[in-house]
Amino acid sequence: MVLDAKCPVGPLAEKWDRRTEELELISPANRRKYRVLVVGAGLAGASAAATLGELGYQVETFCFQDSPRRGHSIAAQGGINAAKDYSGDGDSIFRLFRDTIKGGDFRAREANVFRLAMLSNNIIDQCVAQGVPFARDYAGYLDNRSFGGAQVSRTFYARAQTGQQLLLGAYGALSRQIRAGTVRMFPRTEMLDLVVVEGRARGITIRDLVTGEIRSHAGDAVCLCTGGYANVYYLSTNAMGSNVTAAWRAYKKGAFFANPCFTQIHPTCVPVAGDYQSKLTLMSESLRNDGRVWVPRTKGDMRQPCDIPEQERDYFLERKYPGFGNLAPRDISSRAAKEACDEGRGVGPGGRGVYLDFAEAMKHPGREKIKERYGNLFEMYAKITAENAYEQPMRIYPAPHYTMGGLWVDYNLQSTIAGLFVLGEANFSDHGANRLGASALMQGLADGYFIISHTIADYLAVHGPGKAVSEHGEFARAKEAAENLIKKLLSVNGRKTARDFHRELGRIMWEYAGMGRSKEGLNKALTRIPALREEFWENIKVPGSGAELNQELEKAGRVSDFLEFAELLVLDALHREESCGGHFRIEHQLPDGEAKRDDENFCHVAAWECRGTGISPVLHKEPLAFDNIELATRSYK
Amino acid sequence: MELTLYVWKQKGPQDKGGLQQYSANAVSRDMSFLEMLDQVNEELIKEGKDPIAFDHDCREGICGMCSQVINGVPHGPQERTTVCQLHMRNFKDGDIIYIEPWKARAFPVLRDLITDRSALDRIIQAGGYVSVHTGGVPEANAVLVPRQDAETAMDAAGCIGCGACVAACPNGSAMLFTAAKVSHLALLPQGRVEAGQRVCVMTDAMLKEGFGNCSNHYECQAVCPKGIKVRFIAKLNREYIRALSADPG
Repeated sequence: MVLDAKCPVGPLAEKWDRRTEELELISPANRRKYRVLVVGAGLAGASAAATLGELGYQVETFCFQDSPRRGHSIAAQGGINAAKDYSGDGDSIFRLFRDTIKGGDFRAREANVFRLAMLSNNIIDQCVAQGVPFARDYAGYLDNRSFGGAQVSRTFYARAQTGQQLLLGAYGALSRQIRAGTVRMFPRTEMLDLVVVEGRARGITIRDLVTGEIRSHAGDAVCLCTGGYANVYYLSTNAMGSNVTAAWRAYKKGAFFANPCFTQIHPTCVPVAGDYQSKLTLMSESLRNDGRVWVPRTKGDMRQPCDIPEQERDYFLERKYPGFGNLAPRDISSRAAKEACDEGRGVGPGGRGVYLDFAEAMKHPGREKIKERYGNLFEMYAKITAENAYEQPMRIYPAPHYTMGGLWVDYNLQSTIAGLFVLGEANFSDHGANRLGASALMQGLADGYFIISHTIADYLAVHGPGKAVSEHGEFARAKEAAENLIKKLLSVNGRKTARDFHRELGRIMWEYAGMGRSKEGLNKALTRIPALREEFWENIKVPGSGAELNQELEKAGRVSDFLEFAELLVLDALHREESCGGHFRIEHQLPDGEAKRDDENFCHVAAWECRGTGISPVLHKEPLAFDNIELATRSYK
Repeated sequence: MELTLYVWKQKGPQDKGGLQQYSANAVSRDMSFLEMLDQVNEELIKEGKDPIAFDHDCREGICGMCSQVINGVPHGPQERTTVCQLHMRNFKDGDIIYIEPWKARAFPVLRDLITDRSALDRIIQAGGYVSVHTGGVPEANAVLVPRQDAETAMDAAGCIGCGACVAACPNGSAMLFTAAKVSHLALLPQGRVEAGQRVCVMTDAMLKEGFGNCSNHYECQAVCPKGIKVRFIAKLNREYIRALSADPG
């Protein structure tokens, strides 16, 4: 199968306009004849549902949380990029595009990324109009700060709660449509299957998490806005409920999964404290604007940080990447921290940590300024560690944070299943092999506010309003399959909990498919994951029944999908015999330890097609062309 | 540490519910409160017993999902801290801890410590937004916002919608929650246009949902994990009076 990204022809800057002109429209009076199902209510889902509702479509929206205001976008701290050039430091749409392509290590589609950079400015306008309280300067203008991987200040922020404020903006817009009756909201529901009728996505099967009822919803199109899969590592910065289930079950119904091995390990997280650890907490990357990263020069130096004199410290990011210093991109900073710890120079319990030191910033710009910028982060750090980062350096360590891979989509955000659109982190499209800071919020909102409304209209117009399909046998089959899976989970009655298996899977993934990956290690993972999966189905214990609020059952279902998905991630990592962005194969590195990309053989998107359980998936390649930016070795020196 | 827990167990909204005793063993000081409960649950499951159901998600104090009354205080003993960020170093060996759900007329219990807080969503749906469509908005810097106003708006906008304010209030009032949203939007020029209408419909919705009224106990402010101040309730009242007394033209 040839993967056609359906990118418009013509100059880069005109592509999106050309596309919107080509697309079919649906007149306002006819829109209510169409029903769109939106799964997930984070930034992508809430903005898409609100916008489609405003336009007059009948929208049904689903989320597993108790309210659409709680999607994990809410936890994004640092900010959102836009090419406004308010700082006057030479920013432009082209520069944001170029930074994002380069940051992604030349593994993203040019046309998509340019559109993202273009729409970035509309997003800021939209959010300000909604009442998002972005930071402002004394004259009342919007303030900007700099962020990793960029040499300009283009990041808009609302203290360290930018994701929260943007999500509340989208939630407000969504609430307005719920009030207007265009959107019906179904909180505390979880998608268990996609219903495909005659090759088109026509509905979903869900479980009501309060009553346990399993039922189907039919529609003319489905939008998956279900986030990323970083919880495949068990410990990550994602929320406890973040999962791959919706995407994975769509994959099993025919949607290709692209670049699953492109995962982002974020450099600034609070280190693991003990075996009981349930999640890892991110400390915003913006801290690297004022904090300096270092470890002791000598191995095993157990002195308190304040007792280590300046000349015995190694500010390794500043040393290795003088051009960007502490603001080097995430993948590079994470690897450098891991390297220092592998050399035995790590700090804190277990030696898995590096210092992020604010001593200099306390002198200039001063404690007050630092408190204003990061006060709530310092407070959060103190709550977790009982340490005061104003007085002593923070300890940080990399943690799984974001996943660039996701369901494959074309330029119109449509997957390989007609009528199944995928938005936000759940798709693979814009960040290549590494995402730059402050661009996840940008992508979620670009997809939801400004892209999907155009492209979905075209799809719906071409197919016409659907006749009732809910009686179709596929709906009954999907429901039965979901019910059977639940019965099976409940019937094993083994001795280990879902969490035991999840933790075990996380150990395998972190060890063999984490920051440094080797053929040998990945092959080990390929034998250990199926064995663990087998044990899961023999030994899982899920208490209670399916006909009630049962959190263990929810967890077990998600873990069963992670146990299958993990294997695809590893397969993809094994196939990609190169290092790029967050994917580092230790066999492929330059003499100085930097990633060695192989553009001749791997300048493509790897999209995997499911051929059924127990059968190897088929790899399809979408070649990537760089016509507007030179395919160059990524250097931050 | 070894702890004794008394936890509220309730099968569903119709069930009467009651406190049940559990013991939490080998609790580390560095664990979060929810990690301590995770550990208790793992043991319960392995013993074939019913685990304790509780809401939680981000575990970093921002999603507003976690909601437990610990020893009589919503979110527990540490100020400005959600349950998920409360760590066991705030307790000592041998402690007895009572854990209950949010208790308010407008928040029915769904199971154990999980309540239905959708009434808060309906207050927002009544008008807690700026009525702007996607697209067709002015350039972001076209309307300036005095820095102080933006900062004060942000102080109010930090509300995570957890409902602790309601759980702490002797009247079960959602005044602090409603006031935070009303103030956030009323302080910004973009939200000012609809401020009068907004405060009226949101206040009406709040009363319709069965939340009580504010009688200045300030318990809400004391338990708010985000430090939202009661002065926003004063602002809500001013906005309300201002809206009612506006010249109808």
